[in-house]
Amino acid sequence: MVNHAKNAEAFNQDEARTNWHDETLWFVREKRDKASGQIPEWEALRELASGIKDHTLSKLDVYLEEFEKKATENGIKVHWAVDAQAHNEKVFEILSDHGVKRIVKSKSMLTEECHLNPYLEEKGIEVVDTDLGERIVQLAEDTPSHIVLPAIHLKKEEVGEVFHNRIGTDKGASDPYYLTEAARQHLRQQFLTADAAITGVNFAIAETGGIVICTNEGNADMGVHTQNVHIACMGIEKIIPRAEHLGVFLRLLARSATGQHLTVYTSHLHKPKEGSELHVILVDNGRTEQLGRPDFRNSLKCIRCGACMNTCPIYRRSGGHSYGSTIPGPIGAILSPGYDLEKYSSLPFASTLCGSCSDVCPVKIDIHTQLYKWRQVAGAEGHIAGSKKRAMRFMGMVFGSPHFYRKVGRLMRRAARFMPNKWIYNRRNVWGKSREIPPMPKESFRDWYMKNRLGNGK
Amino acid sequence: MESRSTILAAVRANKPGEVALPSIRTIERNEISNCTDTFKNLVQAIGGKVEEIQYNEVQETVERLFPDAKYTASGTKRYKGTIQLEHITDPKALENLDVFVCRGLLGVAENGAVWLPESAIVHRVAPFITQHMVVVLNESTILEDMHAAYDEIDVAEYGFGFFMAGPSKTADIEQSLVHGAHGPRSLTVLLLKTL
Amino acid sequence: MRVALFVPCYIDQLYPHVAVATLELLESLGCTVAFPLDQTCCGQPMANAGFEHVSAKAMSVFIDNFDLYDYIVAPSGSCVLHVHEHIKAPDSSRPFSDRVFEFCQFLMDVLEVKELPGSFNQKVGLHESCHGLRGLRLGVSSELRKTPYSKPAHLLSMKKGVELVPLTRWDECCGFGGTFAVSEEAVSVKMGKDRIQDHLDHEVEVLTSTDMSCLMHLDGLIKKERIPLKVMHIAEVLNG
Repeated sequence: MVNHAKNAEAFNQDEARTNWHDETLWFVREKRDKASGQIPEWEALRELASGIKDHTLSKLDVYLEEFEKKATENGIKVHWAVDAQAHNEKVFEILSDHGVKRIVKSKSMLTEECHLNPYLEEKGIEVVDTDLGERIVQLAEDTPSHIVLPAIHLKKEEVGEVFHNRIGTDKGASDPYYLTEAARQHLRQQFLTADAAITGVNFAIAETGGIVICTNEGNADMGVHTQNVHIACMGIEKIIPRAEHLGVFLRLLARSATGQHLTVYTSHLHKPKEGSELHVILVDNGRTEQLGRPDFRNSLKCIRCGACMNTCPIYRRSGGHSYGSTIPGPIGAILSPGYDLEKYSSLPFASTLCGSCSDVCPVKIDIHTQLYKWRQVAGAEGHIAGSKKRAMRFMGMVFGSPHFYRKVGRLMRRAARFMPNKWIYNRRNVWGKSREIPPMPKESFRDWYMKNRLGNGK
Repeated sequence: MESRSTILAAVRANKPGEVALPSIRTIERNEISNCTDTFKNLVQAIGGKVEEIQYNEVQETVERLFPDAKYTASGTKRYKGTIQLEHITDPKALENLDVFVCRGLLGVAENGAVWLPESAIVHRVAPFITQHMVVVLNESTILEDMHAAYDEIDVAEYGFGFFMAGPSKTADIEQSLVHGAHGPRSLTVLLLKTL
Repeated sequence: MRVALFVPCYIDQLYPHVAVATLELLESLGCTVAFPLDQTCCGQPMANAGFEHVSAKAMSVFIDNFDLYDYIVAPSGSCVLHVHEHIKAPDSSRPFSDRVFEFCQFLMDVLEVKELPGSFNQKVGLHESCHGLRGLRLGVSSELRKTPYSKPAHLLSMKKGVELVPLTRWDECCGFGGTFAVSEEAVSVKMGKDRIQDHLDHEVEVLTSTDMSCLMHLDGLIKKERIPLKVMHIAEVLNG
């Protein structure tokens, strides 16, 4: 059971660090604002992207089959996996066929979701994450806290310490240029000595049977083009109908993610290079189930830009790890309950429903509305604490009866006025820990109105 | 094949009623008045360099820009490198490549990207493993935006093709921007002016 | 114009002066205001906590009190949004989303107010409540790439003497969020502190908002820390 509030409270123990985390991500949000502001047709693009995704989801089976057919014609080997286990087994099978001992892997949230790394390591295959952020968390024996910026929770001094211990950089060195250069040298050796490459997929084009991978570092391409075996792992929702749709999504993706106009590398793979193999694994792992939930299906439109995390005032002040799920932040809080409602039932409550996530989302997922709806599912299915449930039932009764409501209001105001402060600010008054309770006036507005407008003052 | 039929059956059972596909032609695109200038500004803004040269000045320009380069390779006839890419079979053999020069098929004004298909780069790994990258681009090929770019190119024509927007970069350590993460440390676009 | 005043429960009980200011300003703008006496609460506190199903009675109390009116006005964006999205009017051709208005929205869109009586000589910081801004679209949020405007800000600029102070993160959430304020106390308090600091950094004297719930949270923090910042509902500022 993930307790977001508890994790968030722990995160907030170090206020200076919370401020640093908040400001770092707000900086990314501001870059997004600037980049998107340069596109006058931004809102129309969002609408279009949303419409294309809605359409795709409504014909997902057709496009998956079209993709499979075209990709196969192109010489790509297409595989299907119902769940994480099937996916991992398929990956292992391919790697075993080629006697692979070490793989270089670029960023793929799907493989994180399937816990591929520990699975392969148990089977004796070394996995080297090659995205700098992912390599940092891998060497630190940590997990990513953000889908685009995996090591955003770590300070450069901490990265320096990890690199010193694991790849032998100078003790105390924390200059990002120096550390990045060290990682470049270290990972070049990995690229040159690995046996296979694994990547994620940003878009798969049904019409042409090709896949598109976006990176800034060039790590996916370094892996793919140096190895003779490439396995690309993708959730089935990554399909888009036509190549021309890339224009729409690519204009939105990088601007939303990091405020760049386009990622440095946008690679289109349609055929394996000569003498090599390209495998694509299409993974369900709960996606078709989500597709069957009318209130929640459009979460599958997500293009994994991370903008909802950067904008979320709660994410910025609680950190990605507080969500305890592969995908954190607002989008994670609507995806994760679909996998395991009991485990992730606190996530839909890690929000004020401010709606910033929905407004920033490049494919217009109504994230905050879905958070509200997951709360209702959690409430109805008994995943909310008994004390809260009783309180809400009581409030339901109070507000259901005008007479009772007035009586309780009067009693509450009177009691608070006469109660000594130390009784009011007791341990169980969570509101009062850092906040004064509101004033308790003698009369309600209704009392005032009766007296002053209805001449009913006694 | 069990997974395949299970997934497709689940999609068919769970998908919503068909939603019409909107046309991308409905977008009223922002007009860019001077594509060349916009492109140049953007390439520089994202960490690249632009040099305007004549078509017969590629060789001397690259030599001037990279006087210390030991191993160079080329995908264009306008530049002769020290390594003949056609003779390379193992991509890892290119690990010491200092400069790679190739032709860009088109440029995109809105983001400073160039389109590099497999035919232009000869060896897929070359533009990634090289320390420095030089792209020769005809000014006349610069288009307004990504929609125009995808109208122009056939992504499936080659086994591989990519947009490159600036040199390889990362900001994974405290959002500090560093060029040269895994790919080239620099990108120079040699722009051949249209007369 | 005949208007029904919908007073959110916490304003009725804790901030009656806010409802008085709302009533007085509506009256001075020529409205005939009725206050249905048996109103309680729209049900939002329970619904946002995951218990929409226990708020059914509260919703029917709302319908009993307000269904006969064509214009219903409340000094709260949050409660109005909840009514719009979750309370179904008995006659579907007269949905509440067409009839229930947040106070500023009513002044701007229905009364089309061009000037306001009186003056208010203070440096004012506007806290854009999320439900008003992104829910009711009382303005354009900072995420959207549309021509900026804000109905509450527009009304404040109409008021003589008001110096509306620009803020750095002008539409970031204050962290109230109903039960969130208690269930996620640490983040809620941190968000509130950060909002207050933004106002202090810009030398705001009066912090105002369309929603007293946000202000209750912020004022609680302000009072606890004895910060010299006054909190007033926008109806009080506009009526002042």
